[in-house]
Amino acid sequence: MEPLSTHTGKCLPLPRSNVDTDQIIPAEHCRSLYRTGYAGALFARWRSDPGFVLEQPERSGATVLLAGPHFATGSSREHAVWALRDWGFAAVIAPSFGDIFGRNALKNGLLAVTLPEPDVAWLLQHAEEDAEFEATVDLLHCRVSAGGRSWDFDIDGRARRMLLAGHDDITATLTREADIAAHEKSRRPWLPVLTPGMAPVPAESG
Amino acid sequence: MSTAATTLIDKLWRNAVVCTEPDGPDLLYVDLHLVHEATSPQAFDGLRLAGRGVRRPDLTLAVEDHNVPTDSLTVSDALSREQLQALRRNCAEHGVGLFPHGHRRQGVVHVVGPELGLVQPGMTVVCGDSHTSTHGAFGALAFGVGTSDVEHVLATQTVAIQQPRTMSVEFTGTPAHGVTAKDLMLALITEIGANGAHGHIVEYRGEAVRSLSMEGRMTMCNLSVEAGARAGLIAPDETTFAYLADRPGSPSGPAWEDALAHWRTLTTDASALFDRTVTVDVSGLTPWVTWGTNPGQAVPLGGAVPDPETLADPQERASARRALAYMDLVPGTPMREIGIDTVFIGSCTNGRLEDLRAAADVLRGRRVADGVRVLVVPGSMDVRTRAEEEGLNEVFTRAGAEWRLPGCSMCLGMNSDRLPGRQRCASTSNRNYEGRQGPQARTHLVSPAIAAATAVAGRLALPADLP
Repeated sequence: MEPLSTHTGKCLPLPRSNVDTDQIIPAEHCRSLYRTGYAGALFARWRSDPGFVLEQPERSGATVLLAGPHFATGSSREHAVWALRDWGFAAVIAPSFGDIFGRNALKNGLLAVTLPEPDVAWLLQHAEEDAEFEATVDLLHCRVSAGGRSWDFDIDGRARRMLLAGHDDITATLTREADIAAHEKSRRPWLPVLTPGMAPVPAESG
Repeated sequence: MSTAATTLIDKLWRNAVVCTEPDGPDLLYVDLHLVHEATSPQAFDGLRLAGRGVRRPDLTLAVEDHNVPTDSLTVSDALSREQLQALRRNCAEHGVGLFPHGHRRQGVVHVVGPELGLVQPGMTVVCGDSHTSTHGAFGALAFGVGTSDVEHVLATQTVAIQQPRTMSVEFTGTPAHGVTAKDLMLALITEIGANGAHGHIVEYRGEAVRSLSMEGRMTMCNLSVEAGARAGLIAPDETTFAYLADRPGSPSGPAWEDALAHWRTLTTDASALFDRTVTVDVSGLTPWVTWGTNPGQAVPLGGAVPDPETLADPQERASARRALAYMDLVPGTPMREIGIDTVFIGSCTNGRLEDLRAAADVLRGRRVADGVRVLVVPGSMDVRTRAEEEGLNEVFTRAGAEWRLPGCSMCLGMNSDRLPGRQRCASTSNRNYEGRQGPQARTHLVSPAIAAATAVAGRLALPADLP
């Protein structure tokens, strides 16, 4: 992953609460084998409405999504993050996120930033009034700035380090191999393991 | 060593920690990694690109469930077939055990794991599926993760995660006869909101929880994620131990006694404090049903569609207005007057044997209403076989319902079981989101007995409403 420290872009307002991952990308679009190619499926059902904000020409090129509370709750599908990223979003700012989505976002370099609801409401109002309204998300200082104001935000420390350095999460964990092996040795002996009788390994791929 | 009183959640978490990062997240060991075809292909690809292997194939179980058709063993959809083939190739390449479509152990991954005794008290279980919370029923730490985490677990058998806050949900009082774990959870989620438990792991407590079967407890924990929780769990007790005895994955002989002695320690200390405590009085609770487009938009079935204008919170009001427009419902309409096109009985929420028995008890000797389609989809091949041994399949087919093969089926619009057009469905699944069961489909979440009564009446109904 490329190192990432700060992003500035046009804001897209989506002032709805409880936007679940099924709305971000319906299940039928989650059957691809790849991590890219999902831009067309983003908010697929809502886009049939020509008035939907994503379809408005003056909104093209927006890279910061502003959303209401509980954005991306529901399914674990990482496709929701891939679709937002593929469309061109670099950051999403909302009062709260679905837990699994928040993790998925950071693992794909999509900055999911939590700000208090009144501050997001302020940003939403400015973005609704002005299609060119911009926000900057600064990961180095954990700060959002827009319209002459700024707000600090919290973010998972490990995720932040990985993003700033462009490091791979798995590589980082593999440096803990000795700890993992030690823990593994201390596990209770009766804990279940999969035997061939319990779950046959297919000899041939179907 | 601290002697402070500790919650079960904290005990399980500490036991799973491999090491702690300087700035927060813990590295947790994963005792069981469940895998399915829909969220794993990119994870296996990532391994391949990095030249990595699966650290513990013997702690990894793959099952085909999201994409499989439930009317035939032939997968005619090209995209679904490709995903299933990719899983088979990946499992073969890495020596991961797989229950493919049609195997006598295949089914919904969250039904299959417990059936085999692979989920036990104190374990950490993850899967690329939000309803992994189901396994908390065993007093296990169990939560859903995304595909990047699936890859991380495949490569390292760990997940790096910050500890969520602890929450106690105590159900006090005794609910009315015929009230299920589903009803308890719909009442809870309506009270605290569809994100009311966000950032928490919930321990469910109280007599109404203790008296649930393991199947009811799985339903309860399954719906934790619908309250926004990271996970939900129930302390193990004699019900848990009886369920686990003699399962293929359970310890046996002297190891069983050792395991039991350990499992009995897995309780919340009497004076332990939770970050948050919620009490729900379920005395007199009756069956519930959703009217909206998230599981927190629900009322007792004897009630009526609420009026959004009476809601104080502007966000909730806007959400309710949108939900009613989508659901094509008018405030004040009695829920019992809402007609239904399709009934779906199945899913990781309510596709277990006890659920099918509850539905069959209502359908026995009765007929499905004209024009109503009823799909009965067992949660696994094992559930299907046992149900057939009891003759439940005949009860369903005589009543005019379809008896199908196991899979996620009409819980989500990923396989061939989708609602056409703007059909309205009474569903025993877990999500009533817009378009969840088909692009324009409308879903009412209910328990299996309510689903069966609704099938007979052709509109939302209680078993007691039937002649």
